[in-house]
Amino acid sequence: MIDSSLAQLGAALRAKKISSVELTQNYLDRIAQLNPKLNAFITVNPEISLAQARAADARLAAGSAETLTGIPIAQKDIFCAKGWLTTCGSKMLHNFVSPYDAHVIAQFNNAGAINLGKTNMDEFAMGSSNETSHYGPVKNPWDTARVPGGSSGGTAAAVAARLCAAATGTDTGGSIRQPAALCGISGLKPTYGVCSRYGMIAFASSLDQAGPMGRSAEDLALMLNVMAGFDERDSTSLQRDKEDYTRGLNKPLNGLRIGLPKEFFAEGMGADVAKAVESAITEYKKLGATIVDISLPNSKLSVPVYYVLAPAEASSNLSRFDGVRYGYRAPEYTDLADMYEKSRAQGFGAEVKRRIMIGTYVLSHGYYDAYYLQAQKIRRLIAQDFTEAYKQCDVIMGPTSPSTAFKLGEKGDDPVQMYLSDIYTIAVNLAGLPGMSIPCGFGDNNMPVGLQIIGNYFDEARMLNVAHQYQLATDWHSRAPQGL
Amino acid sequence: MSLNSADVEKVARLARLAMDEQELQAAQTQLNNIFGLIAEMQAVDTKGIDPMSHAQDLAQRLREDVVTETNQREAFQAIAPQVEQGLYLVPQVIE
Amino acid sequence: MNWEIVIGLEVHTQLSTNTKIFSGASTAFGAEPNTQADAVSIALPGVLPVLNKGAVERAIKFGLATGSHIANRSVFARKNYFYPDLPKGYQISQFDLPVVGQGALTIQVEPLSGNAKPYEKTVRITRAHLEEDAGKSVHGDSQGVTGIDLNRAGTPLLEIVSEPDMSSAAEAVAYAKALHSLVRWIGICDGNMQEGSFRCDVNVSVRKPGQPLGTRREIKNLNSFKFMQQAIDYEVQWQIDTLENGGKIQQATVLFNPDTGETRSMRSKEDAHDYRYFPDPDLLPLEISSEWIERVRGTLPELPQAKQARYVNELGLSAYDAGLLTASRDIAMYFEECLEIAGADKAKICANWIVGDVTSHMNSSGIDLYLNLMGSAGVEICPVSPKQLANLISRIADNTVSNSGAKSIFKTIWLWDIVRNSPPENIVDYIIDRDNLKQVSDSGAIEALVDEIIAANAEKVAEYRSGKDKLFGFFVGLAMKASKGKANPAQLNDILKKKLEG
Repeated sequence: MIDSSLAQLGAALRAKKISSVELTQNYLDRIAQLNPKLNAFITVNPEISLAQARAADARLAAGSAETLTGIPIAQKDIFCAKGWLTTCGSKMLHNFVSPYDAHVIAQFNNAGAINLGKTNMDEFAMGSSNETSHYGPVKNPWDTARVPGGSSGGTAAAVAARLCAAATGTDTGGSIRQPAALCGISGLKPTYGVCSRYGMIAFASSLDQAGPMGRSAEDLALMLNVMAGFDERDSTSLQRDKEDYTRGLNKPLNGLRIGLPKEFFAEGMGADVAKAVESAITEYKKLGATIVDISLPNSKLSVPVYYVLAPAEASSNLSRFDGVRYGYRAPEYTDLADMYEKSRAQGFGAEVKRRIMIGTYVLSHGYYDAYYLQAQKIRRLIAQDFTEAYKQCDVIMGPTSPSTAFKLGEKGDDPVQMYLSDIYTIAVNLAGLPGMSIPCGFGDNNMPVGLQIIGNYFDEARMLNVAHQYQLATDWHSRAPQGL
Repeated sequence: MSLNSADVEKVARLARLAMDEQELQAAQTQLNNIFGLIAEMQAVDTKGIDPMSHAQDLAQRLREDVVTETNQREAFQAIAPQVEQGLYLVPQVIE
Repeated sequence: MNWEIVIGLEVHTQLSTNTKIFSGASTAFGAEPNTQADAVSIALPGVLPVLNKGAVERAIKFGLATGSHIANRSVFARKNYFYPDLPKGYQISQFDLPVVGQGALTIQVEPLSGNAKPYEKTVRITRAHLEEDAGKSVHGDSQGVTGIDLNRAGTPLLEIVSEPDMSSAAEAVAYAKALHSLVRWIGICDGNMQEGSFRCDVNVSVRKPGQPLGTRREIKNLNSFKFMQQAIDYEVQWQIDTLENGGKIQQATVLFNPDTGETRSMRSKEDAHDYRYFPDPDLLPLEISSEWIERVRGTLPELPQAKQARYVNELGLSAYDAGLLTASRDIAMYFEECLEIAGADKAKICANWIVGDVTSHMNSSGIDLYLNLMGSAGVEICPVSPKQLANLISRIADNTVSNSGAKSIFKTIWLWDIVRNSPPENIVDYIIDRDNLKQVSDSGAIEALVDEIIAANAEKVAEYRSGKDKLFGFFVGLAMKASKGKANPAQLNDILKKKLEG
């Protein structure tokens, strides 16, 4: 059952082969058993989940079930869920029980899915290894001495270890795709604006997007059908006709033009990663695709641009955490200024404070033009590179991450080293394009390697088709870590 | 662009982050490393390029001027650090 | 006085929308603390802003009413600073690209002292932009704590910035009053200064003629025109004294203390000025089409200047009276309603009664007719309705009552206890009847009266005829007494003059 696809689970539920309560209890038992080892979940509320499951069973009995009704889904702890502790991986929100539901959460609730629990993450989504969480690092199920990637590390680990049927993540600079790659699962970041950000705790507002993480492209499509859609409470949410993201899954790939940016295949990528990605490209040729060499000349600037823009927006977004209306307040302080300074110094971890400082500096008087404005201009150049490229190809591919999962603590002292792990993913967020990662093999130390697929704006259905056809011809996505 | 310790102190104060001497020094080193990473961006010629604030080139949607929110004070203040008579309490603000 | 005074105003007007600028929470005044503070107002993690159409419409109205440029595209920016009444730690405002650009307001200035005549002046408006209001700090009983009420947080504001075109307290106050009147006139703000709907910050500096601008200090949060005048006067004198004693002016924000009449610098916040403005990524650029602007233009009432011109050109009023009658839309509406019933030919007399009796009665009742602090009182609460005044004017015009008779009728209506005694439909005629105020306009009767008086006062008549013109009043008095005040004064004068001449 834990290896079933979402479609299979849905069929089994509707055929009454299993009840939602049984399914949910099954996952809860696995979490109880395995979470101490992986630390993928921060919060589990069995009573609430089982109550939802009972309601789902009623719907199933009444014949009013939808595709995901009764299916347990884990939620990244960045989504506010009413009545649930929502920490965003931070001490700052250690006691924040959300009084409202994020739009994405409400979509899942309406669909009858079960909230299985809140997954661990890098603090305030800032990180690429899930080591900055106040609630302890997450372990990669393939090798618990290694990181799962971040910031959606808890989700990636939970899906890989089959502690849930599927789960949600968020992606600002690669935080869905990179952990998906490092944990050998599939993950998709949609076009900016496709999923509502209302209730999704903001890191970098113009880059953040919610997205599904699961064990196959097919599963991602079913998840996206529930997650996507206009929300009037988010001004950046797009008003578009409703899409069925499964509609194109089975199209053959003959004639597909795959662009390979030369900048993504230069030095910096591990040989093991290169090998796995190249085999994947070969597989695509067999499936009927042709390869086009393209260039994204400004993509090499994406890391510095990102590390100006994202901290700038974050420094402002995190100003609301001041100990006044909710969250952590320092136990001792002398006056108002002291209360602010101590609450924030004690409530935020080191990486978050670093990024707040960078962001504050690049926005400050005298530096705005040289840093922030300059970064926004280069951002446009980076986006324009993609627009040019899509004149010659349909999708773009390359490695998701330059290396497989590194060891816990390996990149601890040097933030810059950590930032460079995002080198292939960041440009996609800057342009607002959709991107996904699917498993394409194993590298050094038998750790998973991810293939990144980047689509043009609103081309998620095609990307899922491209991924699905590969997953029909290969079985990397079906592998599971041993002993779990 | 290199930050000196006065710069770091000023930024910490602007961001309301308490830091002791040691933390300020560590921050200075780390921030300067990060600015080294950012430096290559400065040299690029971006004359005539429009800054990109949003992924899509769209206009702001407008909301009808109709009340939609009800009083949720009890629920919201149940999670507040300090409240009295419906007010959020903070150390005295002196003008 | 060889110092030049340079004054600019920044006025924050709370827009009269039903809901906040970025969320659907109510903006009604007076609610219990934090009962109108929704998730967006208290900045819970994850919430987002969506722009209120009504706020934008009111900004457009303001732009049209001041002949200002209205931007086709404007951008919201974050102004970052920490304060407990600012829940997000930033205020959403507009920086580089405001919704309204350059415009102007023409004002009538009444010098506050001396014998100078009123004069006209045009004050340039630099810009007006949309932003959100902050919450309120409540200093309570508990020692060392402040209470925060976020009901007001998110209320839409239009911040109106003038060029430093004013050169005296009188001009600043006149501009503020004109702006106050205008925003109420076009229905975008209720102007209730006691409730904080209209808040003025005044930037003041001084310089010797021909010298560059001096350093300015900003007097914040003035919510009365009287205090504004006092504050400016004090601040100007303080700056002059400081400079004349060899001191320097430091840029500062100051508060006015109404009890002491002094301005005082606020606690310095050196780095409070680094607001780190950047375009708000949660909001897209605001686009206003020409079609929308034209639609809004169609909803504007006749503006004060157009009305004034019409009163002068079509109704024959003096510019001065026209100005007084258009000081607020309430007064103008009162006047026009009265005119509708009394007839356009009665324009001058209507104007006189409003500028005269209505105003003086309002003043003695303690209600400032033109500019009151309560925002919506004024002519609306005048006990004499436009219809009643129109009826009264008709009775003067048809000679039923004399002017003095009319004044007494006016007073009677004013003091009528409508609670105990429901007023009759035509109260004017009722009072004329009840109090026997019908004046005698029958020339025969008046002639008879005058004959009697002349007959009974032969000596005085002789004195008058020999050149003592001043005795005329004596005869008028006698005639009035004899007729119990009812003789038509104009007729009496004519008849008396003729008969006394002999």
